[in-house]
Amino acid sequence: MIAVAAIALSDLFAVVMLFGVYSLLTAALFMNLDAVDVAFTEAAVGAGVTTVLMLASLRLTKRWEAMPRHHHFPGLLVVGITGAALVYAVLDAPLLGDPSAPVHQHVTPHYIEQGQAEVGMPNLVTAVLASYRGYDTFGETVVIFTAGLAVLLLLGIQDDTRMRPGLSAIGDQVVLRAVIKMLIPLILLFGLYVQFHGDFGAGGGFQAGVIFATAFVLYDLVFGEGSARAVVPPRWLHRLAAIGVLLYGGVGVYSLLADRAFLDYSALADDPVHGQHLGVLLVELGVGIAVFSVVLLIFYAFSGRVRRR
Amino acid sequence: MLIAAVVAILVTMFLALIRTFLGPTEYDRMLAANSFGTKTVLLIALGGYALSWNSFLDVALLYALLNFVGTIAVMRFFEYRNPTDKRDGPESTL
Amino acid sequence: MTAILELLSSVCLLLGGVLCITGGVGLLRMPDFFSRVHAAGVTETLAAPLLLIGLLLDMEWSLDSVKVVMILILVLATNPTATHALTKATLHGGQRPLEFGNDQDTSGEGPSTP
Repeated sequence: MIAVAAIALSDLFAVVMLFGVYSLLTAALFMNLDAVDVAFTEAAVGAGVTTVLMLASLRLTKRWEAMPRHHHFPGLLVVGITGAALVYAVLDAPLLGDPSAPVHQHVTPHYIEQGQAEVGMPNLVTAVLASYRGYDTFGETVVIFTAGLAVLLLLGIQDDTRMRPGLSAIGDQVVLRAVIKMLIPLILLFGLYVQFHGDFGAGGGFQAGVIFATAFVLYDLVFGEGSARAVVPPRWLHRLAAIGVLLYGGVGVYSLLADRAFLDYSALADDPVHGQHLGVLLVELGVGIAVFSVVLLIFYAFSGRVRRR
Repeated sequence: MLIAAVVAILVTMFLALIRTFLGPTEYDRMLAANSFGTKTVLLIALGGYALSWNSFLDVALLYALLNFVGTIAVMRFFEYRNPTDKRDGPESTL
Repeated sequence: MTAILELLSSVCLLLGGVLCITGGVGLLRMPDFFSRVHAAGVTETLAAPLLLIGLLLDMEWSLDSVKVVMILILVLATNPTATHALTKATLHGGQRPLEFGNDQDTSGEGPSTP
């Protein structure tokens, strides 16, 4: 229902807020399906960062959606046929939680039964993400890095010396500033908690990186544009993003040099389980650093864009 | 009693959602959206406890933060489009 | 002891739920933006802590309860701030509170509606 309203409304400002609500409801749905890590990431990214970025880009364009000048019948036809085909395919899928479904057959019992013994951490999701499927996660990290690169190449960060952190209408509010000054260290602490607690509960590198970036975005929103740029210059972020990916790849190369497979963590310590722990820790740290710097870079690129007008 | 509280929160969320659709000015919508977010935090906290979700308090804490950030962001970006009066220096209201 | 705690928890949850719905109805029915702020404030500053305290009394004392206390402190700290900031921004944007007894319309908008 919210999605229908989001499409039907032509006030883009309201649409952005509705998207935030929609992403939150999706997070609640994921929680209901017992996928806590996914819900965490969905809430962090969808309700926080995406809303801010969409609002920043909304400032560049018009607020009201332009009515289309002609109807796109072939487009509607293609979408309709594809949608029907997808629904038909879904009808054939096994029911949720069906024990005889193919996804539960081949590798999954091994993960569930041996995961605790081999990797030694209670959160099976992090174990699968960082250890069993480490290649995929490396690919995701590189994709995030590439996205940051693309935004930098396309938009660029205006390194304008005219952009001083200045007063804005919202920054004049003493109460808000005082509360934010107390709140930002707590947010950073929470980000650290999520990063390192990912072994035991919900959490991990992606969520932690987004929370870290959100703290700096909040600082920038309240204290005037460009103020976060004075605290964390974009040059640092360029290097941090690269360091994050390098850390992840470095762990892999190190295990290659130790005569094992790429990203085989048992090469990191004498005891294989200990090696797994160390490997997952380093890898999640790499992911967290990369995500943090890329999200903050994208925010700088989007928000700095407007000041030139 | 927990179930009754969860139902009450759901009803309030629905009412706030109506105000989000109705509200004549954008400020009404922002207020209602912020209220909706606060209710969601409560819903996750209480509902998660009732349904025995895993690590539900982390998600509730995260969403409380994000609700705040979202509201500030919406206010901040909306301000830019309607600067009515210029800021006068000495008059710093609280 | 547990019976008293359970009773307290139920009372808190019940009160919190009732106040929540009251605030929600107020959000819908109030004529003006600024009075709606008051209604929303009731839900987030009074009802939310009551509900969370009810939840706290229901749980055993563990790490989860410390997290609930943290959520409580966070909600108490951030929501009034956000509402305050929003109200100030609204004033800055040109809205004025509704005044009765003048020849104004009752729709709640001031003369300088954006």
